[in-house]
Amino acid sequence: MRTPGMVRADLIWRYLVVLLIGLATNGLAKAETPPDVLVKNVAAEVLAVIKADRDIQGGNQKRLNEMIEAKLLPHFDFGRMTALAMGRSWRLTTPAQQQQLVTEFRTLLVRTYAGALANYKEHTIEYKPLRMQPADTDVVVRTQVMQPGAQPIAIDYSMAKTGNSWKAYDVIVGGVSLVTNYRDEFNNMVRDAGVDGLIKALTDKNSATAQKK
Amino acid sequence: MKRTVLCFAVALLTGACATGPHRADPFEPMNRVIFEFNEASDKAIMKPIAQGYVEITPAPARTAINNFFGNLQDVVSFVNDLLQGKGAKAANDFSRVALNSSFGLLGLLDIASAAGIERGEEDFGQTLGAWGMGPGPYLVLPFFGPSNVRDGVGLVVDAQVYPLGYIESVPERNSATALRLVNARANLLPAEKLMEQAALDKYTFLRGAYSQRRQSQVHDGKPPKESDE
Repeated sequence: MRTPGMVRADLIWRYLVVLLIGLATNGLAKAETPPDVLVKNVAAEVLAVIKADRDIQGGNQKRLNEMIEAKLLPHFDFGRMTALAMGRSWRLTTPAQQQQLVTEFRTLLVRTYAGALANYKEHTIEYKPLRMQPADTDVVVRTQVMQPGAQPIAIDYSMAKTGNSWKAYDVIVGGVSLVTNYRDEFNNMVRDAGVDGLIKALTDKNSATAQKK
Repeated sequence: MKRTVLCFAVALLTGACATGPHRADPFEPMNRVIFEFNEASDKAIMKPIAQGYVEITPAPARTAINNFFGNLQDVVSFVNDLLQGKGAKAANDFSRVALNSSFGLLGLLDIASAAGIERGEEDFGQTLGAWGMGPGPYLVLPFFGPSNVRDGVGLVVDAQVYPLGYIESVPERNSATALRLVNARANLLPAEKLMEQAALDKYTFLRGAYSQRRQSQVHDGKPPKESDE
C-alpha cells in the first residue's frame, strides 16, 4: 500500500537522482566527453526531468521548452545545421540574414522536438556500440528508441568535434535526415520568394505555432 | 495534358524527367492535386475514424490488433527476405511468424519482439531496390499517399502475398481489411502531428521524408552518403 508520504519520498528520490545526473554530466562536460557518452547522459537527464516533473507531464509547454533550452540546446550546433539545411542557398545570404535564419530555424526545431517528447513518454533508449578512432572528429551515434507496443525507431545523431566538445549537427529519424529534409523546402522558398521570403515563412510558422498553444 | 503523358512515358523509361520542377518529382502538379484530395478525404473520413478508434479502444486491445496485422506483415517480409537472398533475415522473420502465430495466440501477442527477435520489415518495393531498380518518379497515390513508381509496383505485388487475401468469406475479409486500414491510420497519428509542427510545406516535407526513408530501408539502414549540395 502506497501512502501519500511514500509517494512524496519517491518524488524526492527522483529529484535527487536527476540532481546527481545533472552534477555528473556537468562534471564530465569539463573533461572531454566521448560523443556516445554525451548523448547517453543528456538523454538520461532529459528523460529523468520529464518523468519527475508534474508540470511537464501535465502538458506545461513553457516548462518543457525551458527544459529543452537548458539541457539539450547547448549540445547542438545550430549554425551548422542551418547552413546544411540551406545548402547552395547559404551562399546567397548576408550575415544578418544568417543570424535570423539560425534563430528561426532553432525555434522551429525546438518546438518540433518538444512535440515529439510529449508523444514519447514511456520510451527507453538503446545505444548501439560506437565505432570510432581516437582521432575522429565526425561520428554518428546510433540509438534505438523502444516503445511498448510500437515499432522501435532508429534515431541517429551526426556529431562533430570542435575544440574540446562534441556537438550534434543532424538528427536522423528512421533514416530521414532532418537537415536534408529541410533543404528542399528551403531551396524552394528561396527560389520563389528569396532569402527574406524564407525568413518570413519561418517567422510566420513559429508565431502560428506559438499562438496555437 | 499531352505533355504530361509524354513526360510520364519518358520518365518511366529513364527514371527521370528533365522538364519537371524537381528532379525526382516530374509529376508535381498532378501529385499535388492528388495530395490535396487525400488530405481532404482523410480529414473528412479516415482521420476522425482513426481518432475515434484510439478513443474507444483500450490500449492493450490496440496493441493486440496492431500485433495481429504486424504478424501478417511479417509473412510479406519473409517472402521478400527470400527474394533478396537474405538468409539470416528470412530465418529471423520465419521464426517471428512461427512463434507469434502459435505461442503468441495467432499473432495477438508479439512475443518474438519481447524475445529480442527484431522485425525484418521488407517489402517488394525494397526487393526491387535491392535488385538494382531506382525509385523512379515520385508519385502520390489516391488514398495510399506517398509512393514512387517502384514502390507502387511493390504495393500491388505485396497485396497478393498478404495473408488476408486468403479469407474466403467476403464480408469477413472486408471487415478485416477495414480494421487493418484503421489500425494503420491510427499508427500515423503521432507522426502526423509532429510533421505538421515541423513542415513549412507539408507536400515537400513528406516527399523528402518518404524518399529518404525508402532509400534507407532499401539499404537496410545504411544508405550511401550523399553530398551536402
